[in-house]
Amino acid sequence: MTTPRAAIAAMVLPMALAACGGGGDGPGDDSAVLYRGNTAEPFSLDPHQASGVWENNIISDMIIGLYQDDAAGEPIPGMATGYEVSEDGLAWTFTLREAEWSDGVPVTAQDFVFSMRRILDPATIAQYASLLYGIKNAEAVNKGQLAPEELGVSAPDDRTLVIELEYPAPYLPSLLTHYTTYPVPAHVVEEYGSRWIQPENAVFNGPYLLEEWRSNAFVHLVRNPNFYEAETICFDEVYYYPTTDANAAVRRVRAGELDLNTSFPGQQVEELEEQLPGFVHVYPYLNTVYYAPYMPEAPWDDVRVRRALSMSLDRQFMVDEILRTGQRPTSTLVPPGIANYEGVEQADWWDEDMDTRREEARQLLMEAGFGPDNPLAFEFTYRNSGNNPRVAPVVQQNWEAIADWVQVSISGIEVQIQYDNLRTGNFEVGDAGWVADYNDAQNYLYLLESRTGSMNYGRYSNPEYDALIAESNRELDPERRSNLLARAERMMLDDVAIIPMWNDTSRNLVDPEITGWEDNVSDKHRTRFLCRPGLEPGGPAAAE
Amino acid sequence: MLRYALRRLLIAIPTLFVIITIAFFMMRVAPGSPFAMDRQLPPQIEANVRAAYGLDRPLIAQYGDYLSKVVRGDLGPSLKYRDKSVADIIVEGLPVSATIGFCALALALAVGVTLGVLAALRQNRPADFSVMAVAMIGISIPTFVTGPLLALAFGVQLGWLPSGGLDRGRMTLATLALPVITLALPQIAIVSRLMRASMIEVIRSNYVRTARAKGLSATRVIVRHTLRAALLPLVSYMGPALAGLMTGSLIVEQVFQLPGIGRQFVIGALQRDYTVVMGVVILYASLIMLMNLIADLLYGVLDPKVKYS
Amino acid sequence: MIALAPSARAELAEAAAVKGRSLWEDARGRLFRNKAAVASLLVLGFLVVLAIFGPMLWPHDYATIYRDRVGIAPTFENLHIFGTDAQGRDLFVRTLIGLRVSLAVGVIATGVALVIGVIWGATAGYLGGRVDNVMMRIVDIMYSLPYIFFVILLMVTFGKQLVLIFVAIGAVEWLTMARIVRGQTISLRRKEFVEAAEAAGVRGPVIIRRHILPNVLGPVVVYATLTVPVIILAESFLSFLGLGVQEPLTSLGKLISNGADDMYKPWMLLFPSIVMMITLLAFNFIGDGLRDAIDPKDR
Repeated sequence: MTTPRAAIAAMVLPMALAACGGGGDGPGDDSAVLYRGNTAEPFSLDPHQASGVWENNIISDMIIGLYQDDAAGEPIPGMATGYEVSEDGLAWTFTLREAEWSDGVPVTAQDFVFSMRRILDPATIAQYASLLYGIKNAEAVNKGQLAPEELGVSAPDDRTLVIELEYPAPYLPSLLTHYTTYPVPAHVVEEYGSRWIQPENAVFNGPYLLEEWRSNAFVHLVRNPNFYEAETICFDEVYYYPTTDANAAVRRVRAGELDLNTSFPGQQVEELEEQLPGFVHVYPYLNTVYYAPYMPEAPWDDVRVRRALSMSLDRQFMVDEILRTGQRPTSTLVPPGIANYEGVEQADWWDEDMDTRREEARQLLMEAGFGPDNPLAFEFTYRNSGNNPRVAPVVQQNWEAIADWVQVSISGIEVQIQYDNLRTGNFEVGDAGWVADYNDAQNYLYLLESRTGSMNYGRYSNPEYDALIAESNRELDPERRSNLLARAERMMLDDVAIIPMWNDTSRNLVDPEITGWEDNVSDKHRTRFLCRPGLEPGGPAAAE
Repeated sequence: MLRYALRRLLIAIPTLFVIITIAFFMMRVAPGSPFAMDRQLPPQIEANVRAAYGLDRPLIAQYGDYLSKVVRGDLGPSLKYRDKSVADIIVEGLPVSATIGFCALALALAVGVTLGVLAALRQNRPADFSVMAVAMIGISIPTFVTGPLLALAFGVQLGWLPSGGLDRGRMTLATLALPVITLALPQIAIVSRLMRASMIEVIRSNYVRTARAKGLSATRVIVRHTLRAALLPLVSYMGPALAGLMTGSLIVEQVFQLPGIGRQFVIGALQRDYTVVMGVVILYASLIMLMNLIADLLYGVLDPKVKYS
Repeated sequence: MIALAPSARAELAEAAAVKGRSLWEDARGRLFRNKAAVASLLVLGFLVVLAIFGPMLWPHDYATIYRDRVGIAPTFENLHIFGTDAQGRDLFVRTLIGLRVSLAVGVIATGVALVIGVIWGATAGYLGGRVDNVMMRIVDIMYSLPYIFFVILLMVTFGKQLVLIFVAIGAVEWLTMARIVRGQTISLRRKEFVEAAEAAGVRGPVIIRRHILPNVLGPVVVYATLTVPVIILAESFLSFLGLGVQEPLTSLGKLISNGADDMYKPWMLLFPSIVMMITLLAFNFIGDGLRDAIDPKDR
């Protein structure tokens, strides 16, 4: 009577172990497969719902807009072959190429009209639609004040698309490479609604198709034989992995499991260059990290206090010793390398040494009424992600070094909460950053316009500044426009409306075997331009 | 026994209700919102988004909605992953988490029981001391240190096993080996200590002495009499073990980049993806209750003294 | 129960619960004959003294950044015997501060668990009947909460304050304590001296305080000793997920997880890990020794 029970107990274990030992097939020849480490799990692959750089990477392998990024991240014609602009710069007429969706249905100008109405339709609840507010009536449509049919986008015929603007926007081709402007297949979206993007329903007009998407595991793309330049494509398949843990991602690159990854821990750069020769790519990136003081409240309404804080930060040390991957310390907002912009000089204190700057900062704070009897005590909040937690203790020490009556507490906050606090004005000095949506200075400087609202975290409000930006929006001459924007930036920086810190770099690990990779300031690297020696462009179909 | 099991399952319903309530309100009290990001939404658009997910209604009404949906088996859409529902996310992640947890438990039991029995039979001799020393160290090093070290050694330096991820989504012996070992290590330590202690107690008990005195062979005594009785404390350890495995799996899934639910929960909590967090909590609470029930029933099977009323 | 991190406490809870006699003299003698436990006591004592007084005496401050000494390997020059961290701060003094924080979290959270658990368990066990039933049913329900998830939710909801870490972890760890104490109390209730006190008209709370609690002390102390390392591990786990203490303060877990990010500067990982391991080992050996001393049956 005891035997069966004991026997059961004794047998369960080995069986359980055996169940775990189920083998899989070894990987076959995968030289035509590209394994990309891609930062994070996409929230959505519908271009009208996406909002992250990592989503853009995948979506732009599947959909081609009117314009697209070439290997160097520059806009080149995509679905459009060219355009004409009206004299006032407000009406752009695009001519479309002959192209098909992957199910053989032609891509038409009506698809674009449908798509732009869809993203701006309040019912779509697209999170990123505001990027298109430069299009005529877009804002009113998005806010439900006008019907989507009132949007300034029309299709006189299948191959012609007209976009009307609220104001001249010389950066329109660059904006048209952004996924918010991508076409979605009207015939499929009308049939399946929001589930059109599921792999079993979706059709695309780009080089790759969505084969499978497993949450937190990978997104698997396969080549699109119907793509208009299918014969130029090297890789048959692409896997995108959400590599949230940079250290784990580096291990996987070292083990040869990933061909490339979108980041690596900056502090390891020297060791990585040694252990992964040729893999490390560091390049300037259209990104500025800055700290925002909340100016509606004292003492941040005093420009002397803001200036004192800005000048006493040892950005060079942070960049050289903590970040360590070529970041550029800066006292300006718009990063270098931005198109259509001349830029402004660094702040007047920029070349002074730290001791002089600290002394000057102390003077400024004392003038503002602070001193041993009236200490300046405040909290600096930072996003608890990436390099920020590593830098924050240095920031704290820099400020406390001004005088012993400067007392700073620092607090790392989850990204979601930090942005919520910034938006609602629930902070004193807060860390933030901005990555360009499209390559134009206006995309940075509009952040400080008073009408920008909650995204103007410090609530900078200067009618002269607003007027300059408004004037630049109406200006057709590129040089005068650039000049207006520069005057605005100078004014804002002299007011220390923000405390600029550094321009970030893109950090990629790329197997040196991969060809066609070009570092660029937008950090966009479409799979269609990548290849591996020995691979025939065009794939199996071309080989026959 | 069937009635006992049914009664336990009935009690589980109010328990789940309490858990859902606590989790729901905790999540909503948390600062931040699922729609906060560096690209802020115009206020009107955010109002639309909130309305679309019913987040504009009074909290109590939302709670009522949520409960009635859960009762009907609908966990709702993810607030962050626009193309997926919570059910989609769980269905994709659970097999991975469950496989890793199950295998780690099996490994911990197999290795832990063997080591524990060995140590007990060689009590106070070198074998005993070395097993116990290893066990001590096993419970003194955090998983997030052993994981990366194992990955570096076997994945990167030796190249024997993948250092992370799944083989294009398939769970194979090779891809699971390191995560399972990492997860099992502390459990092996606990199981072996547990087994050693109860084994020693049983060996000294009267009935085993009697059996020996009757001249039964040592092996027979161990297998027939000792092992079964000694396994009992282990069975009641299963519930806590499961909790330990869940905790560990949060770490292991991150270190080895595995698409399990634990990682999903941490990301969800940080991003304020209310529905995903709720879904995972409900799932894990149900699992723990189920496992505790199974452990109790198993206890009854192994120990004839226990009667369920 | 081992809700937060794995440990061997189920075993000792069981063993300790069997007998809780107050043969303290005997027990002490047995404890001091246990070499591992004695050595651990000495080591732990040394570590505690170091954690409390070390940072005051050491020439470096834990928050001071040395601009020109970022991430240097251990050296006797300038007395950076553990090297410096990624911001150029002395790692030795940071390790001591981390040890101090970790010990504090461990001890205070255990204290919270102890107080709640003992009061809850003793009350339930002493009153018995329906009250006992309800109280223990609540404990059962809480056992089936996925605890780690709730601790994470708690941290997310109320922010990352040190106090909260104590409360969150302590509030999770009292359940087993309550069970042990209840079991002990029930068996003590039937003892003659308790019945005698009751017959003499002594009030319930007084009986609990005077007769029951002193007699459940043994298993409770053993359990508490083994809870501290579990909590230290739990804290390190939260630190790894980015939910631990705030900079520039630190904990062993935070130092270790920072060190794991800097794999190529192994001292940043090594020293805090070693200190943490020694601390946890010491607690575990002491706990084991205590158990064997109080309940000598095993050896």
